Amino acid sequence: MTAPLDVSGTESSARPEAVLQGAGRQAIEGRSLGQIAWARLRRDKVAITGGVVIVLLIVVAVLAPVITNVVGGPPDKFNEELIDPTFSSPKGSGIFAGVSWEHPLGVEPVNGRDVFSRILYGARISLLIGFLATLVSVVLGVFFGVVAGYFGGWVDTLISRIMDVFLAFPLLLFAIALVGVVPDEAFGLSGNGLRLAVLVFIIGFFSWPYIGRIIRGQTLSLREREFVDAARSLGARSPYILFRELLPNLVAPIIVYSTLLIPTNILFEAALSFLGVGIERPTATWGKMLEQAVPFYSVAPLFVVVPGLAIFITVLAFNLLGDGLRDALDPRGTR
Amino acid sequence: MIRKNALAAVALGATLAVGLSACGGGGPAKGKGPGGGQGQGAGFNAADKDWVNRSDKKGGTLKLVSSQDWDSPDPQNTYYAWSVNFARVYGRQLTTFKSAPGTAGLEVVPDLAESLGEVSPDGKTITYRLKPGLKFDDGSPITSKDVKYGIARMFDRQVLPNGPDYFVLFIDNGGKKFEGPYKDKELKNLTGIQTPDDRTIVFKLTQAFPDFDYLATFPQTTPVPQAKDTGAKYLEKIVASGPYKIDSYQPGKGMQLSRNPHWDPASDPNRKQLVDKIEVQVGLNQDDIDNRLLSGAAHIDVRAVGVGPAAQAKILANPQLKANADSTFTGRLWYFTLNEKIAPFDNIECRKAVQYATDKVALQTAFGGPIAGGDVATTMLPPSVAGYQKFDLYPTPGHKGDLAKAKQHLTACGQPNGFTTKISARADRPTEMRAAEALQQSLQKIGIQTSIKSFPSDRYFTNFAGSPAYVKKEKIGISFHGWHADWPTGFGFLQQLVDGRTIKAQGNTNVQETDDPKINALFDQVTKTKDTTAREKIYGQIDRLQMERASTVPYQYSKGLFYRNPQVANVYFNYAYGEYDYANLSLR
Repeated sequence: MTAPLDVSGTESSARPEAVLQGAGRQAIEGRSLGQIAWARLRRDKVAITGGVVIVLLIVVAVLAPVITNVVGGPPDKFNEELIDPTFSSPKGSGIFAGVSWEHPLGVEPVNGRDVFSRILYGARISLLIGFLATLVSVVLGVFFGVVAGYFGGWVDTLISRIMDVFLAFPLLLFAIALVGVVPDEAFGLSGNGLRLAVLVFIIGFFSWPYIGRIIRGQTLSLREREFVDAARSLGARSPYILFRELLPNLVAPIIVYSTLLIPTNILFEAALSFLGVGIERPTATWGKMLEQAVPFYSVAPLFVVVPGLAIFITVLAFNLLGDGLRDALDPRGTR
Repeated sequence: MIRKNALAAVALGATLAVGLSACGGGGPAKGKGPGGGQGQGAGFNAADKDWVNRSDKKGGTLKLVSSQDWDSPDPQNTYYAWSVNFARVYGRQLTTFKSAPGTAGLEVVPDLAESLGEVSPDGKTITYRLKPGLKFDDGSPITSKDVKYGIARMFDRQVLPNGPDYFVLFIDNGGKKFEGPYKDKELKNLTGIQTPDDRTIVFKLTQAFPDFDYLATFPQTTPVPQAKDTGAKYLEKIVASGPYKIDSYQPGKGMQLSRNPHWDPASDPNRKQLVDKIEVQVGLNQDDIDNRLLSGAAHIDVRAVGVGPAAQAKILANPQLKANADSTFTGRLWYFTLNEKIAPFDNIECRKAVQYATDKVALQTAFGGPIAGGDVATTMLPPSVAGYQKFDLYPTPGHKGDLAKAKQHLTACGQPNGFTTKISARADRPTEMRAAEALQQSLQKIGIQTSIKSFPSDRYFTNFAGSPAYVKKEKIGISFHGWHADWPTGFGFLQQLVDGRTIKAQGNTNVQETDDPKINALFDQVTKTKDTTAREKIYGQIDRLQMERASTVPYQYSKGLFYRNPQVANVYFNYAYGEYDYANLSLR
């Protein structure tokens, strides 16, 4: 299924009768890299499934208040009447104890909060932090990667060593320490808004070298190409070459690695929440739900499984889409 | 299979329990070895009321387990409740708690001493006389100088930092500073403890202190021969005075003990020496511990925090297992404070609004419900402490809160639509965090909006809730708190919580900052009152005064679900420790 870059036209436009009819619109037409990539991606069922799941997740997260209005109820509402006070677990027996039409994924042990609503609201936190942190690291990573790769010399050495330092940093320990000492109000933010900002900053700020290294490598090979030489010989200055010549050619790796970075960041947020240093209670996050579920794994197994599955599915979807994108955007791809 | 025989087993268990309490002698049925013995439960809560499997049978190895290592097994350097209890296995003290179940175990009885302390008329001099013929595990005699030396060790807080510092605070050395036996080998400056002869020890106190006999139960009064003391390394080779001597102790792993041949049962009515060996394994996972207890691979969990949720479900669902379990008071009170200095809680009406709004049942459920969590509390003193009086100044239907009354008080406070404040709780205590969420829900119903601040428990009192400056700066109105007395009297329980003079810049446990002259005066009166009953009456008054101030909201007298493997004999729950009494355990 190799589709060489210079082959233009779709199968339909190659029909002889179309050529005969001289249907100009349908006929031979140059396609952009994006179009080719999209065509390839469309044929990759697995990646498309991942993409659909992600879109669904985003829609569901955005519409969480509307959906929980219909089923589940407010995420922080206690439903103690559904809890067996002796065992602190949902009333009923078996793994599906507590599951009903109002509470399709059951209720939390101890306080009876609806698991479905908390998963939906948790998706908001996970996706928000996943996207924003990735944005931070992509902006930083691309900027420093391009600068290091293009200028070379001592600039490259300096930036590369800084990246090494960041990569060698005990990030988890640092994050735990930093989130622990965040004051209540700072930078005009307070409460959960501030904690969210701190999490985004920590996760984003410390993962930029991953993307920075890749961009630097790509830039190193691109800057020797003829079109860069041409631009330079025409008198283009560095900023022009960086942003008009190099950056457009880096879009593909940026998209691919951002997509692959998002699930890592979601996992990192879940890990921090699990360790108790994330968003404040009672706001629902997946990691926190897992943490709260651990002591009850034997009496309310569903409560462990559901947030675990949510994290698993989201991370898997992003990874599948990311892999598909890499295959589709990489000119040397064999598919 | 266990389930199938459940009914028969309960019947058998009941008959056995009756038979046992009737004859009070050895258990007729033998355990079936590891994993066996499920059919012989003495009944749910049996060890809370009486000795279970009272027996004089000798032999066997008692296997104890704990999820936590010792802070130190060194008798002068330990503070963990279970370690204080266990230190009596290998050490003897001037006094100890009576070997009896429930509240009967709260009574202080002489141990090394012939009788309780003889108090001088001014209450500042206390004299004990040791029993004759006491010996260490090497056969050398125990003298009053060894007891004095033991107490002297803990004055060096750099070498032995863990133990409580009551002796350091109360001993009157005439203004001289005693820096411990490692800097002052002759104990020259320790003039507050005198040993006129080998059997007499005299304590001079800075103030009258009627609970001194309780202080003397601490393992800090365990005798230590000066020649054998190696300072911080003494824990590697502790000289035993109790029924067992330590063969080995490995930090993080555990301890092996065997009979001490020089312990004389005639001089010690409070301990038994029945099993040949005792093994303590530490650092195990709680689920692992529970499974071992259920299977018979271990006998008792000495850390005594109760079984985990998994084992709890198993035990409560199975009458056979339940017959080997006790759900009883651990001596701890769970409560939260409303800071009297932080607006709007500086207004008593706002505090009363919270008293009425709190759904105590929801908080109880957060702690595991009535069996694993505890009973709903309405007083500061728990029922397992001497001086407890039952009353409820803020009754609500079913303890589930009374929103109408809460609203009335809120209006009287000038905040009819509620207000916002902050709750502090300990992040690494999941039950406390869940309780904080439950309280947040309760208060929301009357318009009080709260945000929960969580802090690490090891610095909770040093840097956060226990630092009035921090509380003031961050405007934390509500703080979660829990308390276990160092000794089970009203003074030991309440003084650090509500005496205004105990408020300090760091490590403050009077978090709500109560400073009521009436309460302070009552504490002074306690130290001058010699009659126990009269003192206990005063504790009740203090409790009531504090509840009238409404700045503390007690919600739970803590209980735990404890499992005693049916192979264990001579097991009962002693309220003085809120644990099984480790000094008498043996095997059937």
